[in-house]
Amino acid sequence: MDGDIELRVDGRRRRLRVDTRTTLLDALRDGVGATAPKKGCDHGQCGACTVLLDGRRVITCLALAVAHDGAEVVTAAGLARGDRLHPVQEAFLERDALQCGFCTPGQVCSAVGVLDEVAAGHPSAVTADLTGPVELTDDEIRERMSGNLCRCGAYVTIVDAVRDGAR
Amino acid sequence: MPFDYRRAPDPESAVAAATGWAGVAFLAGGTNLVDHLKLGLTSPEVLVDITGLPLDEVEELPDGGLRIGATVRNADLAAHPVVRRDYPVLARALLSGASGQIRNLATTGGNLLQRTRCVYFQDLTTPCNKREPGTGCSAIGGYTRHHAILGASAHCVATHPSDMAVAMAALDAQVAVLGTGGRRVVPLVELHRLPGDEPHRDTVLAPSDLITSVDLPPLPPGTRSLYRKVRDRASFAFALVSVAAVLRVEDGVVEDVRIALGGVAHKPWRARRAEDVLRREPADEEAFRRAIDAELAGAAPLEGNGFKVPLTRNAVVSALRELSREQR
Repeated sequence: MDGDIELRVDGRRRRLRVDTRTTLLDALRDGVGATAPKKGCDHGQCGACTVLLDGRRVITCLALAVAHDGAEVVTAAGLARGDRLHPVQEAFLERDALQCGFCTPGQVCSAVGVLDEVAAGHPSAVTADLTGPVELTDDEIRERMSGNLCRCGAYVTIVDAVRDGAR
Repeated sequence: MPFDYRRAPDPESAVAAATGWAGVAFLAGGTNLVDHLKLGLTSPEVLVDITGLPLDEVEELPDGGLRIGATVRNADLAAHPVVRRDYPVLARALLSGASGQIRNLATTGGNLLQRTRCVYFQDLTTPCNKREPGTGCSAIGGYTRHHAILGASAHCVATHPSDMAVAMAALDAQVAVLGTGGRRVVPLVELHRLPGDEPHRDTVLAPSDLITSVDLPPLPPGTRSLYRKVRDRASFAFALVSVAAVLRVEDGVVEDVRIALGGVAHKPWRARRAEDVLRREPADEEAFRRAIDAELAGAAPLEGNGFKVPLTRNAVVSALRELSREQR
């Protein structure tokens, strides 16, 4: 069975016909040609496929495309304004927060989502006071970024980059 | 396998769309179901998309309780000001589950109905009574680090993976269900089943039964609660053992105590024996130990998970100690 959907991907409207079994990740990569989100584990465990879906960070490998008709998707490729990179992207470059770079688009989208969640005052598992303001400590960054794996092990500089990206 | 995809505009039509099919599934966040479609663990003929249902609100009830819509995202529930203020056990349980990206998709109803992460259940090449009744249990005599120590059977030793459900079990949550025969309310502690000789049935629900909301009764003033999770990694891992504890102490005496355990059974395990021992007793460590020992007298660990017995004991004692300290 096929379904017709419309997505707004990195600011561009895209109509496509998808088999109902198609994940949002496959629709983005194969249907739209948006290859910033990566297929790592394809089982929701690595975070390489993370994008901002209607403004929130999500994994796309366990979402069915047909269920997200009308959605607004921003991938890591859509975060820049022309030649001006997003501050989080700048911070990843400045801090050398990658080696092979495969997980980086997911890391960057996740970090942008994390900073929004912190700005909204949402606590995490390591926030001491559930009702108080959230301070972006390194422990907070590590906890909140735990859904993004980096097999090269660039975690130390990723934490630095997320901290810088918040400024 | 291909499936017929249908969007439901309201709960009644969702149930109607799901009625009459042997292989039917409701699609919400998809974080467990879509994985199972890929793994071949399930191949429904019909998928009913319920993400558009008007069940995404958290509502304060006149009695001071809270009504949580079935499609409220785990992240939104954890961030809800009333949950953070009045039900810290629930906020903490939610925040300790999965990852930020998954919590932004996963829903209340879907979290309750997620299936075990038993490695044998998820591996089509091994026998599993939950996946294929009558084929046997590969976990018994196999790798059992994540398996049950309470309430298991000779047919299945799987554990329920949810953190949220453990907190809700301790909070005496009530689950509203819409089925072909109308509406009914199922206490959360009765939603999930023990495996017995039908481990393929995780819950008491029929395939066309739709969870529409979960109600949390109010907690009396002075009640404290917390969630403690022990796992192999500091984050993004399922519980080896978890404890949801709700405690009210007056003049050093336990007035109200509710304890639910995760990672130890086929369902969120409400520790009623421990609660009975502890009620009206002094809120001290000796009583906490006596209480959890009474509960764990019924434990039957497997070859690879005997560590869970002392781990559960220590986690419960430490949780109760922390809660009673807050109330001196």
